[in-house]
Amino acid sequence: MKYIDEFRDGDLARKLAAAIAAEVHPDRRYHLMEFCGGHTHAISRYGIAGLLPANVNMIHGPGCPVCVLPIGRIDNAIELAARPGLILCTYADTMRVPASKGLSLMKAKARGGDIRMIYSSADAVRIAQENPDRDVVFFAIGFETTTPPTAVAIRQAEALGLSNFSVFCNHVLTPAAIANILESKEVRELGTVPLDGFIGPAHVSTVIGSQPYEYFAEEYRRPVVIAGFEPLDVMQAILMLVRQLNEGRAEVENEFTRAVTREGNAKAKALVADVFELRRTFEWRGLGEVPYSALRIKERYRAFDAEARYAIAYTSVPDNKACECGAILRGVRKPTDCKVFGTVCTPENPIGSCMVSSEGACAAHYTYGRFRDAAVVAAPAVTATAA
Amino acid sequence: MSKVRDGYVRPVDFRHGRVDMTHGSGGRAMAQLIDELFVAAFDNEWLRQMNDQARFAPPPGRMVIATDSHVVSPLFFPGGDIGCLSVHGTVNDVAMSGAMPLHLAASFILEEGFPLADLKRIVESMAKAAREANVPIVTGDTKVVEKGKGDGVFITTTGVGVVPDGIDISGDRARPGDRILVNGTIGDHGVAIMSLRENLEFATTIASDTAALHGLVGAMVAAVPGIRCLRDPTRGGLATTLNELARQSGCGMMIHEKRIPVQPQVSAACEFLGLDPLYVANEGKLVAIAAAADAERLLAAMRAHPLGRQAAIIGEAIADPHHFVQMETSFGGTRIVDWLTGEQLPRIC
Repeated sequence: MKYIDEFRDGDLARKLAAAIAAEVHPDRRYHLMEFCGGHTHAISRYGIAGLLPANVNMIHGPGCPVCVLPIGRIDNAIELAARPGLILCTYADTMRVPASKGLSLMKAKARGGDIRMIYSSADAVRIAQENPDRDVVFFAIGFETTTPPTAVAIRQAEALGLSNFSVFCNHVLTPAAIANILESKEVRELGTVPLDGFIGPAHVSTVIGSQPYEYFAEEYRRPVVIAGFEPLDVMQAILMLVRQLNEGRAEVENEFTRAVTREGNAKAKALVADVFELRRTFEWRGLGEVPYSALRIKERYRAFDAEARYAIAYTSVPDNKACECGAILRGVRKPTDCKVFGTVCTPENPIGSCMVSSEGACAAHYTYGRFRDAAVVAAPAVTATAA
Repeated sequence: MSKVRDGYVRPVDFRHGRVDMTHGSGGRAMAQLIDELFVAAFDNEWLRQMNDQARFAPPPGRMVIATDSHVVSPLFFPGGDIGCLSVHGTVNDVAMSGAMPLHLAASFILEEGFPLADLKRIVESMAKAAREANVPIVTGDTKVVEKGKGDGVFITTTGVGVVPDGIDISGDRARPGDRILVNGTIGDHGVAIMSLRENLEFATTIASDTAALHGLVGAMVAAVPGIRCLRDPTRGGLATTLNELARQSGCGMMIHEKRIPVQPQVSAACEFLGLDPLYVANEGKLVAIAAAADAERLLAAMRAHPLGRQAAIIGEAIADPHHFVQMETSFGGTRIVDWLTGEQLPRIC
């Protein structure tokens, strides 16, 4: 596959790994957070951790749209799907997220809810056109990458004069989450989360540009390197972060120049600004209420706002007590620190959201990397058998 | 008498007709459909006896039996249809024991309103596949369900065969050090089906690999009678089959991404759909595990057969108390190739 295989080349990976190993100072540690679930997935899937020196530590960030969605919002979606005649359209990843009362959208579907998995917001508009006598709600989630398509769907529905289509908006904002982590007690006061630099989002940055990260680099003295989602992108970004840290720089650098500019996508940003406005506050799983961290539909498009149309009331629901998703999303804990990881909580029976999406830190580690933990455990087991 | 009836009964309208409830009622309409469609297409000495069962003397060896239901959507896809798929699927399940398949039974669940023209096309495709495989369909059953209670047609086939004494192929026989082989490119069937699915439609030149593999298996067993495991990686793909074999055999596996044959179009389709070819279904592929000393001979036998030209040794069984299937990625890292979680694509076969 031209233009993809080039970014997965094993020989180049070895050269980059050698360069990183040669440049890291053995007497210091490099704690780097990849914000995005897409990077978390790439790191696990391609085994990147195994190619890095021991003192380069990757911390998984909260950039997994399904993971940060709080239980209360899934409950709202299930309540919508339970309305007679209503069709709820959703991206596939949200289907298996555990909600209250042992439910999930998947289970609500099995109980008769008309829940349709779609691949694009345009599919939801089409379903509304094809079912004029039924209400159709698009359960919109995601960061800045998926927000412009939702805006397009709303404008399209308006142009088509669809009165049966609305959007349950749960779009969230990347910079707000990064600021929240940098302001958190663990990072600022306690120092329990050593955080030396960020790998910045790929797709999100194609929309918002690299500019919004300049504040973090300046204000918090943390370097940010925006990187693509291919494994060589990630390796290159790690090398660039190591160099910045070695030289005492804290700048925004762009590894993903083939897609990201400083200003971002003006057209997409204008669309979003036309349809959405900031919410005063929004609850994130793991981060709690974060001020000005999410979007809602503007008054002008109120007819397409499911929250107004169905008077959706949000109730915060605490996570399962045994679940460490919150701490994992803040980078305070690793998946393997969680007592239920791989025992009670598996991709088949997820307790927390990080085990659901392929971008979730727990699912990525369970699916691709858990043999590394097992290797440690396996040694005594083998001895016992031999004895 | 018969003269009067012959003139009286109008032939089944295979051009414009549709399945109705009388086609499953046990009455004259059903008898006519069986005569004019199934018996005419599958034609063999057992069916011509018009009994509810087929009788035959088993040849020496151990009997093998396998059954498989087919619910694929869409019914017709590039490279095949539900008809030939239902023959190949069961022939392959029997063949994976090292057996020579002998006979098939076929059971149809038809939905009221299903076009008879489509049914005829499917039945003729089954007949062709059975003839080419030299495995006759010797008995069958037809039921009709009301409109909305089925999805066109579901076909269940059962196959019997005989495996010669001395051949012991089983999923629990892989041992550390054994080599893992496949007979060609993976993921073709799943991508061919996906290319036609609602919401996903995309243009591709990929055709399903659906094929009967007993001829290839015969050549493989002749070359290496001591083959340890054979399995066809259908639903869940290569990854799922390797995990099944690892668990049954109580060992681990290490495969090498670079050595796994995948067509570039399949990689590209999987890339933009967010799928992994390792988990995509196949209908004309097999995984073989053999002792290291036999591996090259087995590979040569596979490559000499038309259905094994692109065969490759893709990895080896290893000692691992956790029975992990691991993969050395082309990128240079190592990762698990885990059991499939959830459902990658429903109704693939």
